[in-house]
Amino acid sequence: MKTVISHSQVKSDFVEKVAEISGENFFNCYQCGNCSAGCPSVDEMDLLPSQVVRYLQLGLEDEVKNCKSMWVCAACMMCHARCPKGVDISKIMESLRVLKLREVNAEAHIDITDFSDDYLKRAPQIAMISGYRKFLPL
Amino acid sequence: MEKKLGVFICWCGSNIASSVDVDKAAAEAAKLDGVVHAENYMYMCSDPGQQLVKDTITEKGLDGVVVACCSPRMHENTFRKAAGSVGLNSYLLEIANIREQCSWVHQNNKPLATAKAVSIIEGTLDKVKENLPLETITIDLTKRVCVVGGGIAGIMSALDLANAGYDVVIIEREPAIGGHMSQISQTFPYFHNVPELLKKKIDEVNAHPRIKVYVNSEVDVLDGYVGNFNVTIKTRPAFVDSAKCTACGKCLEVCPVKVDDEFNRGLSQRGAIFRYNQLETAKIPVLEQGDCLHFADSDSEDGGKCTACVDACPEDAIDLGTIRSLNEEFVGAIVMATGYDLYSPTNMPEYGAGKIPDVIDALAFERLLDPKGPTKGQVLRPSDGAVPKKVVFIQCVGSRDPERHKAYCSRACCMYTAKQARLYRQQVEEGTAYISYMDIRSDSKDFEEFVQKGMEEENLVYIRGRVAKVIEGDGCLQVFTSDTLSGRQVVIEADLVVLAMAMEPKAGIRELAKKMNVTIDGDAFLSETHIKLYPVESSTKGVYLAGCGQSPKDITDTVSQALATAGKIQTMFSNETLIADPLIAEVKDDVCSGCGICIEICPYGARLMNEFTRISDVNQAVCQGCGACIAACPNKACELINSTSRQFLRTIGDFASRSEAV
Repeated sequence: MKTVISHSQVKSDFVEKVAEISGENFFNCYQCGNCSAGCPSVDEMDLLPSQVVRYLQLGLEDEVKNCKSMWVCAACMMCHARCPKGVDISKIMESLRVLKLREVNAEAHIDITDFSDDYLKRAPQIAMISGYRKFLPL
Repeated sequence: MEKKLGVFICWCGSNIASSVDVDKAAAEAAKLDGVVHAENYMYMCSDPGQQLVKDTITEKGLDGVVVACCSPRMHENTFRKAAGSVGLNSYLLEIANIREQCSWVHQNNKPLATAKAVSIIEGTLDKVKENLPLETITIDLTKRVCVVGGGIAGIMSALDLANAGYDVVIIEREPAIGGHMSQISQTFPYFHNVPELLKKKIDEVNAHPRIKVYVNSEVDVLDGYVGNFNVTIKTRPAFVDSAKCTACGKCLEVCPVKVDDEFNRGLSQRGAIFRYNQLETAKIPVLEQGDCLHFADSDSEDGGKCTACVDACPEDAIDLGTIRSLNEEFVGAIVMATGYDLYSPTNMPEYGAGKIPDVIDALAFERLLDPKGPTKGQVLRPSDGAVPKKVVFIQCVGSRDPERHKAYCSRACCMYTAKQARLYRQQVEEGTAYISYMDIRSDSKDFEEFVQKGMEEENLVYIRGRVAKVIEGDGCLQVFTSDTLSGRQVVIEADLVVLAMAMEPKAGIRELAKKMNVTIDGDAFLSETHIKLYPVESSTKGVYLAGCGQSPKDITDTVSQALATAGKIQTMFSNETLIADPLIAEVKDDVCSGCGICIEICPYGARLMNEFTRISDVNQAVCQGCGACIAACPNKACELINSTSRQFLRTIGDFASRSEAV
């Protein structure tokens, strides 16, 4: 599968929005992989934290939007503590979650009592926490 | 008498001519007061252009010239030389910069750019009107050199200079010359035997009639200026008389002290009296006062009592009463070859450095590889002396980490790591060497081939990812890293971990740089004047740089730079005297009140109080004409020759009067 990388993609609204919400410049990342080396949640992730940043650098929106990793991230901030370039990946993960939830619609605003006990046991906690956030237009 | 002035406007091809109307500018300039000639030409710096200037000076008898062209940094010298060749004093020619400061920045407004160019020319003309004809200043030159640091950089530049016929003094802080190179076993990319190479060079230094070496020594005070430095050298006592000592080694056996041997990076122990290194050239023992019980606090049990080494010496060569000495050397140039330290591994707690004995730094690994080192050249792990079967080498430790450590690349680590891993694999055939890297920088002759050979033929396992942590696991070390190429988190089991620590400037460089009046950068490396064109000149004239004190580099580059430095100094020494620009500060004797503010403010130490007249003098050889004293003088007693306040005010007046045009 060939991937086309274009200027419009690298500078896409989505990428700019992630940068704006997280306040992080992911072009600071030089892909050393230290975040992935120390992340305690990697076992459940489909993309390594460093790969999430790489896809953002290339503007590969779909891969990032649909990754499991952002929901697996426990926001322990080990990545930020180790990053030699000071990139706070947990902020980036959080902004990805926020954007994903905004993309659905305002009705996705959750009320915890709407969910069955069974569902709550299965649902990622980080998604529940993100779900409480305010919804703003994309 | 009013000067006859000429104006020469250069088109600089289209660089100036496309945004400045050069014909109009010449016509305007011709109308200005005192101008007897104004013209323009496509390239004034070309041979016919210079000829035009020369011919006009002769024909019209000009005694002041303004060339309106590019920055004076480009061609001031060119035109001043041309003017000088036809008998006009060079300092009566000035450059009006109408390129960088006019045409390039006003490309879309030709009328205004033209008006501004005329303004600049007028201002410069007014400066020339008051310029004085000047002669260059001559300075005495002492053709001797002081080299600070006796590592490979210092050794190579000293040898080159001494072989060229100049006396050289080497000041070495440690008890023997050789520097970090003497800790290294073999080189890349050809596996040269370092002790052999180095011994040859050290022998040459020791045998050279023109080289004098001060070991155990540091620069105490530096006085003077280019061509005339006076270096005061402080020497710690050696306690062992090298003339009497036969290197029998009896003192080494009896010393009751046991401390970590720094030279072996703590892999072995030594007494307070010890051999500094394993080289043949350092056979005579040295005594470290700080470790010796004889010099311990007299309140303590052993204080002042121990004389074990003195009693054991059959030759009576040890004298614990020796005191430190001060010497002065008069030299014309100084080489700063101060070298590096490895960034301490204790800065990396996540790698267990300092806590886990089997996590060592790269220089310690070099000591393991040295046949005369603590393990006789066997790679054995420090904790139990076993042969490590799995070794993880980690690159960029402390380097390329602006967040917590050093932002820069330490340059030599990629290569020495490959070398160490290959040497390990050659020694331990069944062993595996893993190398954690981010990028491999193998950018010199035969370097890339060297690394590739390690991967292709010696099965070095390169894993691309920065290591997160090293912990003690079940009977082995666990190295947590990632392989970003396959997208996996990786755990490697290891017997030994080797950290390629960042290089940093030698401890104490800040104080030394202050003494030597040379500037350092944000990482405390010595700053060169210009990274491309003046790479070995420091900020102070006559002080040159070589080796890792300037930036991290390998032996190849260090030697190249050391020889470049020696070459530069020989160029300087090819003259009998030095010539300096006369565009410096001068003092009006009748105005100066001797307050001394200029002495405090001068960054070059060029101002000093005359004891008899109580007036602040200018040392013509040292003054760089920066103008700091002029701005600071409360009485306006200082002026910069040919850039007087009066000249500046007239120039500003010219701009102000034409401000409506600009």
